[in-house]
Amino acid sequence: MIRFDNVSKRYPGGHEALRDVSFELARGEMAFLTGHSGAGKSTLLRLIALLERPTRGQVVLDGENLGRVRRSRIPYVRRRMGIIFQDFRLLHDRTVFDNVALPLVIEGHPHAEIARRVRAALDKVGLLERERMLPITLSGGEQQRVGIARAVVHKPALLLADEPTGNLDPDLSREIMELFAEFNRVGVTVLIASHDLELVRALGRRVLRLSAGRLDTAEAAA
Amino acid sequence: MRRRPPQASPRPARAPAEAAPRRRPRGARRTGGRGGGARRPLVYLQRHAQVFIGTLGTLSRTPLTSLMTALVIGIALALPAGLYVLLHNAERLSGGWQGSARISLYLKDTVDDAGARALAARVGAMPGVRAVRYISPAQGLREFRAASGFGAALDALQSNPLPPVLVVRPALRGADPQAVQALLKRLRALPEVAMAQLDLAWVRRLYAIMALAQRGVGIVAALLALAVLLVVGNTIRLDIQNRREQIEVTKLVGGTDAFIRRPFLYGGIWYGLAGGGIAWLLIEVALWLLQGPVRRLSLLYHSDFALAALGPAASLALIGGGAALGLLGSWLAVGRHLAQIEPR
Repeated sequence: MIRFDNVSKRYPGGHEALRDVSFELARGEMAFLTGHSGAGKSTLLRLIALLERPTRGQVVLDGENLGRVRRSRIPYVRRRMGIIFQDFRLLHDRTVFDNVALPLVIEGHPHAEIARRVRAALDKVGLLERERMLPITLSGGEQQRVGIARAVVHKPALLLADEPTGNLDPDLSREIMELFAEFNRVGVTVLIASHDLELVRALGRRVLRLSAGRLDTAEAAA
Repeated sequence: MRRRPPQASPRPARAPAEAAPRRRPRGARRTGGRGGGARRPLVYLQRHAQVFIGTLGTLSRTPLTSLMTALVIGIALALPAGLYVLLHNAERLSGGWQGSARISLYLKDTVDDAGARALAARVGAMPGVRAVRYISPAQGLREFRAASGFGAALDALQSNPLPPVLVVRPALRGADPQAVQALLKRLRALPEVAMAQLDLAWVRRLYAIMALAQRGVGIVAALLALAVLLVVGNTIRLDIQNRREQIEVTKLVGGTDAFIRRPFLYGGIWYGLAGGGIAWLLIEVALWLLQGPVRRLSLLYHSDFALAALGPAASLALIGGGAALGLLGSWLAVGRHLAQIEPR
């Protein structure tokens, strides 16, 4: 599903966020990306989402070399994944329903289908009765679940999450991780960046460990 | 979430996908992008209509700001359009005057009353002549006395100094000035004529002034059209900045540039439409206010001239032009500023 071949990323100014990173994530796999803040977790996810381009090496998504993707085609690559953020990135002037509907509206689905699929996604994260509310009136955990509903509403084959539980208390964090595991059970490939080692260990999945931009090979193989 | 995404279906054919990695994305584009519109034209149109109406909703949420922008555009459009209407009316008015261009034939003293009348009949039959009026010396003196107020001075004269005069009205409507000049030349060659004078110079001057005014209106219109572009462009630019977060999120979940651009472009069209409508209203009100005084003035000149309002074609051009300028202005702003916003 995702393959990194000797990927390095150097930001303008000289900071080397990733050094010679290689790994492969199989279809249907669920893995965690850990490491200290600044270890390059976000950069790695950003390379997959085409928010950044690698300085060296190549990122292959689903058989497609992302280095060859032209700018105008980037949106269509992003539609194949769902992205979840630490700060949720919801639109605060729109209702929960409209936030979740955005990916489907972008793809131009008919109205009735959008309504049906948005409700299905909200039902999945347990927020069906909140659809008319504004995100600001929800708790942090609820907002993150809206973010997850938005990431899965268009049924992507890949879910990327950057510190999805960074702003949540331990109970809520576990709930959110359970949700990801549930999506993974129905075949969605999931890659989650998290520094919450305890939680990651408790879930017992594959762990990719980054330190100072390098992938810890021993654990990556584990 | 149990269902696989539509893109998932070609995936089992893995080997060919990797053999031709450049093919796949195009297929993906067809499923996700414009092709969706081509396959479902109704949905596509519906989407545009939704954005079009939705944009109006967004604008109406900040009525005062939107109205002020539309008002600025309206005034900027009303100025050149109003000048154009006035110029158009002036042309109509001068068209009436052109008909009154005349050639005065001052006959020689030797021509007597009967000779003058015979000449008048002959000239009246010439091509390019619409009417001839004979003014005998006695009649000329009477008219001059009545009009000039030099009665006492004229009484002091021993004899009537005025020559017999033929006033020729050329059939000028539609004819070019050259034809009038030719007529003048022929009339001047008549043996009975001492002097022929064409009162066309002032009409020419008027036309020259009008052409100048037309050019002036053109320049003002161009400048104000530029102002409209800048106003719309600046409004849309602020709008883009205010909705930066929304644009970033939309890009993150796979919104194309076209999708993101659309509401801003429709916003520009709405501003232009509203501005054009306001301009139309301003001109109609101004003409209505001027109508009474103009009528009184033209009555004093024994004319039935009335101001012509904007016709339906001109109204449509005004409002359509406003919309086009709005679209162009927002297009320029969107092109410049949208590319700068990339999700963090």
